[in-house]
Amino acid sequence: MSSLDLLFILFALITGAGAVLTVTSRNLVHAALFLAVSLAGIGMVFLLLKADFVAMVQVVVYLGAITVLFLFGLMLTRAPIGREALDSRNRPMAMVVSASLFGVLVVLIVRAFGDFPPVTPSSSSVGDLGMAIFSAWVFPFEVVSMMLLAALVGAILLARRESGDSGEETEVTPIREALPDRGEVEAEQRRAELAARDGGAR
Amino acid sequence: MTLIGPLVLAAFLFCVGLYGVMARRNAVLVLMSVELMLNAVNINLVAFQNLKWQDDPVATGQVFALFVVVVAAAEVGVGLAIVFNMFRNRASINIDDADLMRW
Repeated sequence: MSSLDLLFILFALITGAGAVLTVTSRNLVHAALFLAVSLAGIGMVFLLLKADFVAMVQVVVYLGAITVLFLFGLMLTRAPIGREALDSRNRPMAMVVSASLFGVLVVLIVRAFGDFPPVTPSSSSVGDLGMAIFSAWVFPFEVVSMMLLAALVGAILLARRESGDSGEETEVTPIREALPDRGEVEAEQRRAELAARDGGAR
Repeated sequence: MTLIGPLVLAAFLFCVGLYGVMARRNAVLVLMSVELMLNAVNINLVAFQNLKWQDDPVATGQVFALFVVVVAAAEVGVGLAIVFNMFRNRASINIDDADLMRW
């Protein structure tokens, strides 16, 4: 077993632990930060596979942009915290389904590639990758850039506050009043009890 | 480096993401799990490219991994916009509440 394999196992463990904590964490912000750990581990795996450019894109796009986007998403939506609020009723069934799928996939992978000899990863340089994108893959590249533009326009259109044709603000859709904080409710009860006791003493 | 390692890691990440999609209630957490699944596919693409088909002149696996990253970024943008809209209209991002189009 080479040092490359040992490093891979280390980063694979970090990535897997981050992923598991992402889907089991009870705190939303912690889940987003564990996702960042997992994505960074995947970037390290890309580096070990000698895919330098993909690793760099992974760090820039995922760690730099998407994690921040998720954190903003969590901050802008007020969500309850706790296992009851975060996990749905079909949690045991989901666990069974994903565990059995993992078993099937591992059996398939070992049967298909178990006798594949260990090789040292090698990759084309960043220049060759750029040449490949802009020669052989230029049509998919253009399609992807159009899709990115469409997604940008669509996201702005969806997230914008509704307004009429004249540009005037229409009535804002009312959202339900937030439930009162539990601490406030308890303080209110205690105040009422004290008031009742004071009244009785007098 | 063996080919099995990255493939098993990718299968594990995909199954964890699948669990998250099925078991979580919060729509933002479901989007995070979808990201995990897309990253698992990326590991597969890069591993096959750099370990098995090393002499591919047009670097198919890595180029498609980059495309998948772009698609994932677009998906998160549109997905979060939809989640914000749902939160504005229903004051909840519980995906069990989003049953307007259920028959």
